[in-house]
Amino acid sequence: MRRRYLATVAVALLAGGLAACSSSDDNAGSGADAAGGPIAVNANDTACEVGVTDIDAGTVQFKITNKGGKVTEFYVYAAGDRVMGEVENIAPGLSRELHVELAAGTYETACKPGMIGKGIRGPLKVNGSAAPLTEDAALKDATDNYSRYVKSQTDALLTKTQEFVDAVKAGDIEKSKALFPVARTYWERIEPVAEIFGDLDPKIDGREEVVEEGMKFTGFHAIERDLWKTGDISKSGPMADELMVNVKEIVAKSQAEQLSPLQLANGAKELLDEVATGKITGEEDRYSHTDLWDFNANVEGSKAAIAALRPALEQRNADLVKQLDTEFANVDTELSKHRNGDGWKFHNELSQADLKGLSDVINALAEPISKVAAVVAG
Amino acid sequence: MAITRRQAMTLAGVGVAGIAGAAAGATAVLAADSEPPAPSSAASGAVPFHGDHQAGIITSAQDRLHFVAFDVITKDRDRLVSMLQDWSAAAARMTAGQDAGTIGAVNGIPEAPPDDTGEALDLPPAGLTLTVGFGPTLFRDANGVDRFGIAAKRPAALLDLPKFPGDALQPEISGGDLCVQACANDPQVAVHAIRNLARIGMGVVSVRWSQLGFGRTSSTSRDQVTPRNLFGFKDGTANLKAEDTALLDEHLWARGGDGQSWMDGGSYLVARKIRMIIETWDRTSLGEQEEIVGRAKGSGAPLGHQNEFDELDFVIKGPDGEPAIADVAHVKLAHHSQNGGVRILRRGYNFVDGSDGLGRLNAGLFFISFQRDPHKQFVPIQLQLARHDVMNEYIRHVSSALFACPPGVKDGGDFWGQALFA
Repeated sequence: MRRRYLATVAVALLAGGLAACSSSDDNAGSGADAAGGPIAVNANDTACEVGVTDIDAGTVQFKITNKGGKVTEFYVYAAGDRVMGEVENIAPGLSRELHVELAAGTYETACKPGMIGKGIRGPLKVNGSAAPLTEDAALKDATDNYSRYVKSQTDALLTKTQEFVDAVKAGDIEKSKALFPVARTYWERIEPVAEIFGDLDPKIDGREEVVEEGMKFTGFHAIERDLWKTGDISKSGPMADELMVNVKEIVAKSQAEQLSPLQLANGAKELLDEVATGKITGEEDRYSHTDLWDFNANVEGSKAAIAALRPALEQRNADLVKQLDTEFANVDTELSKHRNGDGWKFHNELSQADLKGLSDVINALAEPISKVAAVVAG
Repeated sequence: MAITRRQAMTLAGVGVAGIAGAAAGATAVLAADSEPPAPSSAASGAVPFHGDHQAGIITSAQDRLHFVAFDVITKDRDRLVSMLQDWSAAAARMTAGQDAGTIGAVNGIPEAPPDDTGEALDLPPAGLTLTVGFGPTLFRDANGVDRFGIAAKRPAALLDLPKFPGDALQPEISGGDLCVQACANDPQVAVHAIRNLARIGMGVVSVRWSQLGFGRTSSTSRDQVTPRNLFGFKDGTANLKAEDTALLDEHLWARGGDGQSWMDGGSYLVARKIRMIIETWDRTSLGEQEEIVGRAKGSGAPLGHQNEFDELDFVIKGPDGEPAIADVAHVKLAHHSQNGGVRILRRGYNFVDGSDGLGRLNAGLFFISFQRDPHKQFVPIQLQLARHDVMNEYIRHVSSALFACPPGVKDGGDFWGQALFA
């Protein structure tokens, strides 16, 4: 839900050329890389071969080809898994390009077959000189970095929601059920952004109990109910269309929005609040019990926001960054106990002790994360 | 007059740069910071936190309890020690009527969550005491692992309690690696203290179970009126009391030669949640109730005696020629004369945790006792009671826990368990 404090913080509207740093669309042709052509990345379900891993600073172009059987993702990470550039949702057999501007330093590349986990990592060395960012520049960089993240996630959200909607309209219950938690992953990662647009959020993601008198129960969870509870989606088509319209609108709005560093910090905390209040209790996906997909996505989103702030946080409170790294790792360890193939166990397969373990690691992470906003503001 | 939290908070604001208006109270603050308010017998006053023994044991029993048992979830000994230091500092502040953190509930920058949760603002110290104990599982976990390198320091007195006949213990509300007993004369002050300690401990400890108690069921001082438990009887008449210095040394405080020197001046805490089946009790005749307890319900006098504090005489006969106090009466079975002279200091509280879904109150007594060695004191007494007490028909022991409460935190440089982790 929208929070009052967030809402009172001025949202900086995106000015001009925000997305200049990188883009992940297929037809962006402008970024000639240092080596004179795209670096080939051959990805399959078990390997991630990056053609060149020692390059010069500047705009770097990768061409990722998925030769495996699973949908994959490609990332370039700076320290602390700070996403410098990424391509989501590369279907088997397809190629996608990534343009990313990299200053001198040490990075990692990663393919994520099945779009899950830490992925298959490899080193990437970028040569050249890089002046350290000033504190203000580090904060500006954080908002730019997070905007790129929002762009990539919302692009994937559009694609996956469309697939989900198509499956629902085609009456394909099994396919719809499989796509439901996947499409929601992209939504849950960036929920703090979506929540800025107050009326759209409940239309897309409202649960049955939040529906007020005279308001219709629509969106993901209404379709979830049809899929799992009634098992009848023959009349769900118009609702699916409406979901798509709303998702398109919120994606357009989100991409035109730039969050302030303070909003990023609060967003990182709110994502964990979402986990603590909605996912651990199993309230979010009460019909499908796919709460752990959302749980993981919330944590990933929180981590992305913190990663965007990382250079600024390192300058201001390096101990806090260390603590956050430790606690994020603890969450990953605890959550990974409940992995099931490329997905997760269902909420109703978890014991009380399992849930307490998850609750403990989220609390342990959320307390230090709640201190980030003050560090950013200070 | 006791300092209120809002005063303390404003005063504590001195020294924090840029807080307008704080300077006005500077003189008062220095006094408050260096010299905590003097001990007060008034319900609202502050009880000194630092001392040879932990407060909350022989402190005149306050009216309200919030007891919590924690599991330690970190494997990192340094983090545990660091938390105990933070807890000690926060406890010193809160028991003096100040905020949990140095900044306070409302003096921080708006972007940061406050370092005190705020619900005790404007409330006096309310006699708050915070008493910490270490459970057997802190020394070795269920798999026998020496988790923090302190297994060799586990006192023999901290061996697990035996199973008693009739025990209906629920593991999820039993045991624990650490405990904090918060007692105060205002329930909100007690809850505030536990809440803030739990928050400080996030990532290091996780609440395993907790219990609220209203209404003390024991006196720990001669100037207190004996209270009543939910059976309607005076409870704790023959308790060890703060004034019984020699008896306290004999029965309450661990000391040199007992086994582990880090416990010298400490005491062992046994907690037992005792559910009372009050609906059937209430249908029992007055005469039978009094026979079961062994005291008159009104005056609290032992049966066959005149006054509450009359020394129990088990020879006195009733009108029927039988002993006035039956052999299986609760007071006789629990009396030190029947248990090799051992005594305990009881400090329990009434509880009502709502209802049980069958239309009955989920009510009873949250029993707490302190003693020098539970295996020589609590265990033989409870074995007697578990085997013979007619009262067992009306009660169920549903939880059990044992903790070693170290000696008091001496001063601002000391912390709970410093000698244990030295």
